[in-house]
Amino acid sequence: MSILVNKDTRVICQGITGSHGAFHTKQAVEYGTKVVGGVTPGKGGTTLDGIPVFNTVEEAVRKTGANASVIFVPAPFAADAIMEAVDAGLDLVVCITEGIPVLDMVKVKRFMEGKKTRLIGPNCPGVITPGECKIGIMPGYIHTPGKVGVVSRSGTLTYEAVHQLSSLGLGQSTCVGIGGDPVNGTTFVDVLELFEKDPDTEAVVMIGEIGGTAEEEAAEFIKREMKKPVVAFVAGMTAPKGKRMGHAGAIISGGKGTAQEKIEALEGAGIRVVKSPAEIGRTMKEILS
Amino acid sequence: MNIHEYQAKEILKRYGVDVPEGRVAFTPDEAYEIAKEVARDGVCVVKAQIHAGGRGKAGGVRLARSPEEARDIAKALLGSRLVTHQTGPEGKEVKKVLVEEGCGIERELYLGLVVERSRSRVVVMASEEGGVEIEEVAARSPEKILKEYVDPAVGFMPFQARRITFGLGLGKELMGKAVRFMDGLYRAFVESDASLVEVNPLVVTNDGRLIALDAKISIDDNGLFRHKDIEYMRDLDEEDPKEIEAARNGLSYISLDGNIGCMVNGAGLAMATMDIIKLYGGEPANFLDVGGGASREQVTAAFKILLSDEKVKAVLVNIFGGIMKCDVIAEGIVEAVKEVGIGVPLVVRLEGTNVERGKAILEGSGLNIITASGMADAAQKVVKAAKGVMEL
Repeated sequence: MSILVNKDTRVICQGITGSHGAFHTKQAVEYGTKVVGGVTPGKGGTTLDGIPVFNTVEEAVRKTGANASVIFVPAPFAADAIMEAVDAGLDLVVCITEGIPVLDMVKVKRFMEGKKTRLIGPNCPGVITPGECKIGIMPGYIHTPGKVGVVSRSGTLTYEAVHQLSSLGLGQSTCVGIGGDPVNGTTFVDVLELFEKDPDTEAVVMIGEIGGTAEEEAAEFIKREMKKPVVAFVAGMTAPKGKRMGHAGAIISGGKGTAQEKIEALEGAGIRVVKSPAEIGRTMKEILS
Repeated sequence: MNIHEYQAKEILKRYGVDVPEGRVAFTPDEAYEIAKEVARDGVCVVKAQIHAGGRGKAGGVRLARSPEEARDIAKALLGSRLVTHQTGPEGKEVKKVLVEEGCGIERELYLGLVVERSRSRVVVMASEEGGVEIEEVAARSPEKILKEYVDPAVGFMPFQARRITFGLGLGKELMGKAVRFMDGLYRAFVESDASLVEVNPLVVTNDGRLIALDAKISIDDNGLFRHKDIEYMRDLDEEDPKEIEAARNGLSYISLDGNIGCMVNGAGLAMATMDIIKLYGGEPANFLDVGGGASREQVTAAFKILLSDEKVKAVLVNIFGGIMKCDVIAEGIVEAVKEVGIGVPLVVRLEGTNVERGKAILEGSGLNIITASGMADAAQKVVKAAKGVMEL
């Protein structure tokens, strides 16, 4: 079992004819993901590696029965692409695009109110259920099927954690990158709630970073609702104030959003927080044995 | 992106927000001429324009009672280094001053707009404590901050502005002005893709005006592509030249105080690398994210930027090769090292796709590269290497 995606997930790719879209579609197909179509406005009727391309998401969904979408559309047009996918009634939309203006995301979030779609990202590596379905840009082969859920605001740091887990024989149920932007579709709390309900997830690795209060909200949720063990790491202990650390959302502003505050909140909720990013896998192994 | 006070006021003025009469001066003589024009009852204010708060307390904002005095103040400020609690001990050089009319202050208030992440909405905040940093008010007495969340479908509504107006204790005579003022601030915020618009203090003058006495605007970098008119306001003098050079090469770089240069792919992993260096007793010299891909050209550019920092006594490269293969990255590192030439120890940790081939390339390169397995090993080796050099 897993959360969000599995072997039955039928995916379309928005921006499939762009270089990133085409490359990662190929990777996803090789991994075994059911990529049933693509969308590039104006290129409807063509195919890419045998995958049909459509002009609109609505048409793609109608003709392929897709229930998920992955977006590689450039930042200036990405908010429109997300809203098109939401309007077409998809269950899941994963937006990989980095650099979307925050106020575009504010509009997207408003547009999504009352609709059934779940958005992951933007500015994220995507979602993978090992051995079943890979939607995103993560290297598939480092993942192994198993019982540890992973949720993170980061990309390569997530790969690092997954690699540690896999090397120690700890497989993953699902790995979710929620993205590094200040306004995003899915929060830590949303994913933790799904993992808590998933019968095949036994424990969760959570990787946070400086900026915002998502980790503090997660700490409250874990304390109140979660029975499964959580191992956490928060990146940015050494980050200076007022500087954006690569991710648009990774900034300590007005003295708030420091790693120290987040670690204290998580530890206060009884969560095992590792100080060293090299200890994520080993600590999880210790907890599970 | 941050802009200067005088630029922020230019933007606000376009939206009908009342700001003091004034202009920017680059020389004392210009300050004299502007002062002659804008002084009110013979009084004007000369304000240092740097990208940092706390200018008033640091002596960067001064009252002049004549154009001659304005010229003298400008002369003293221009070319001097202003040290405020936000500049660091080295301060910032003043290259221009804003000369503005003086005004009779009756009340000082606070107005600010930001995006509240947890609600995904723009929030308009107001407080009766003008001239005080909002974070300070939030920490001391959060109940004193009035907040209105804006529905982006309809924008900031007049009823919300009225709630703030009366909440601040402004009387009905100022209601119309206050509503227009806040409406202008909100439109300036969304139409500029701002991440912060702050008027602190907002001033009620003794002749019944509502004026943005100080103004700060930060722009969301991701929104800049649709605001060429604002992008030209970027002041490269206010930014770290190494950060500018990095951005030109599609890299994300931030200077820090330590002596261990870092080059990492991915922002989260880059922060984690800095953290683990510190954990093993070292100090990172920088944050440097070469991105998920990291081409050879980018690696070369990254090395050049890293090594231009004279504090750097050792370099740690930490790459998790995902889609990008480690052997390709290793070749890039070897080529870059040959081209740039590195005089300090270089520790490389590669992990991921084709890692063995990558390590073999590094070891067979004949270059003095210390390879490491895992982040902990890498951090320990680079900390040791940095200390070794320092002892020489």
